[in-house]
Amino acid sequence: MSLLRRNRSLTITIAALTVLFAVFIAIHPRGFSTYVMTIWFNQGALLGLAAISQFFVVLVRGVDLSVGPTIALTNVVASYLLLGSPAAITFGIIAVLLVGTLCGLANGIAVVYGRIQPIVATLATGGMISGLALWLRPTPGGSVDEALSDALTYDIYGVPASAIMLLVVLLVLHMPLRRSPLGLAMYAVGSSEQSAYMTGVRVRQVKLAAYAASGTFAALAGLYVSMVTLTGDPGIGPAYTLNSIAAVVLGGIALSGGVGSPLGAIVGALILKTISSLMFFSGLPPLAQPFFEGLVLALAIVLGAFGMINVRNRLELFRQ
Amino acid sequence: MTARTSALPVHGSRWLLLNRVSVSVLVLAVGCIALVLIGAIVYPGFLNLGYILQQLQIASFLGVVATGAMLVIVLGEIDLSVPWTITGTAIVVTGFAGSHNTLLADLALPLGLATGATIGLVNGLGVALFRVPAMVWTLAVNAMLLGAATFYTGGFKPPGAVPKLATYAALGHTLGIPNAFLLWLLIGAITLFLLHRTVYGTYLYAMGNSQRALFLAGARVRTITIWTFVLAGMLSSVGAILLTGYTNQAYQGMGDAYLMPVIAAVVIGGTSIQGGSGSYAGTFVGTLFITLLTSILAVMQMSDAARQMIFGAIILAMLLVYCSSDKDRA
Repeated sequence: MSLLRRNRSLTITIAALTVLFAVFIAIHPRGFSTYVMTIWFNQGALLGLAAISQFFVVLVRGVDLSVGPTIALTNVVASYLLLGSPAAITFGIIAVLLVGTLCGLANGIAVVYGRIQPIVATLATGGMISGLALWLRPTPGGSVDEALSDALTYDIYGVPASAIMLLVVLLVLHMPLRRSPLGLAMYAVGSSEQSAYMTGVRVRQVKLAAYAASGTFAALAGLYVSMVTLTGDPGIGPAYTLNSIAAVVLGGIALSGGVGSPLGAIVGALILKTISSLMFFSGLPPLAQPFFEGLVLALAIVLGAFGMINVRNRLELFRQ
Repeated sequence: MTARTSALPVHGSRWLLLNRVSVSVLVLAVGCIALVLIGAIVYPGFLNLGYILQQLQIASFLGVVATGAMLVIVLGEIDLSVPWTITGTAIVVTGFAGSHNTLLADLALPLGLATGATIGLVNGLGVALFRVPAMVWTLAVNAMLLGAATFYTGGFKPPGAVPKLATYAALGHTLGIPNAFLLWLLIGAITLFLLHRTVYGTYLYAMGNSQRALFLAGARVRTITIWTFVLAGMLSSVGAILLTGYTNQAYQGMGDAYLMPVIAAVVIGGTSIQGGSGSYAGTFVGTLFITLLTSILAVMQMSDAARQMIFGAIILAMLLVYCSSDKDRA
């Protein structure tokens, strides 16, 4: 019970996801089947990886507007490199991850050493990164290895490969974030940079690591986009940037830093994707769907903030 | 977070406080001149009065919207609903102006402004009452507006007419100077007055520095937040009306190209994105710089990719210059 109370916002989020998912399955013409689950998890994995990328930056009290452009760039790079022999493909994957990490590191350098506010720094780098993507591939095209794509986007004995992938990501991230000095330092820096500094945390290096990790996960998202779409498209960025921020907020990760987990990010992403799938099957006129999607998003955010309305002391609201 | 002492809007001691702002205005002014000179050198005959006036006219659309964005940013929040506030206003204005009912047609512009004010009110209520981070809330509002506009127009170019007054304001000239620019100057003058000669302005800067302190001082922080968003929404609508007059139509996504330049203009103008500091002079020169840069890159027939990269690189470089001139930030 104390575990539940400690993770209250995450519990509420997971409950919301469960309800939404139940409704989705209930109205989906094909019901609960491997096919439906695979599609659902694939969609969720795309945004989920983007949300984890956003999570790392938000954790150290930043916000990354270059998540989308980085996904677009890595997707474009992947559409050139993920072909041929297994060795070539392995090299391609490493190269793509490296490109993403470098993008994240560049953001980190601008924020840490350039002392620019994250939101404007990543706005500028995001412009440059999407320019680069557009330069590499002015129009959508290219192709990736289909065997690899099939392996990652279908199911394994009835379990969607993307679900397994998300689970592996969560397990791999849990230890370093919650037990290692670096992970704890990230939470510390996000909670209070000054206190962290005074405790002897190397704030700059920790922030750089967080931004680099963000870039790596954006690259993973870019790779997975290539797996799902089989091409490279420089124009996919903007939707991912905005949705990754929304997913992170829905997942109970405070934009003020220091709070939240990758699980929250993934749950937030799944909620967003379920809402848009629900709209698709809801029987609403297609043209009205974007409006209700926005409305549900707004309602979800307001509900998340509902605790704020009945605060005993209004001074609590303005805590820095 | 260390307190940023230089950001206080003290009216008396201007010598001490304007380091970041004066640096930005200076850099931008030099940048503007450099851009025009580059254009003149690469294309002889390029530099003439007509070109400058035309750039001022185009800059006005951006400038009016950036004025609203600056108010919100000084407050310490951000408004990401600018794109569909612009498009929504344009759809409302052309829709009513095209109506057969003459009364409704005459009311097109006031209704357009009311649209912006309403959107601003929704933004302000979400941020002030529900305490949702502005970045997320205005994003959701933008998504809803997009949906509402798509539903209303069916995804097609919205029908209607452009009010004569909008065309006159956007395209007309008075004594050889574009009306749009004059309107921008007027709005700029009012904003300067608001920022530096009224209690509202003092509160606005104070709130950007510390909401908590201002609340303890007894100011009505919620009211200030809501009014600032309403003002910003209306200014976006004014920009939208000018844009409608200029392009002589409303179309889907006409505001999409404005979000980034607007924020860039405010931020390279030296306004801190954390709120609490910034000058209107900076936003003014910032807008001119962004407009000239866009124009020169277009004239040089750069590819879209190169344009984005240069744009991003220049903004990043300017921010690096400002932030390293900020000595008091640890």
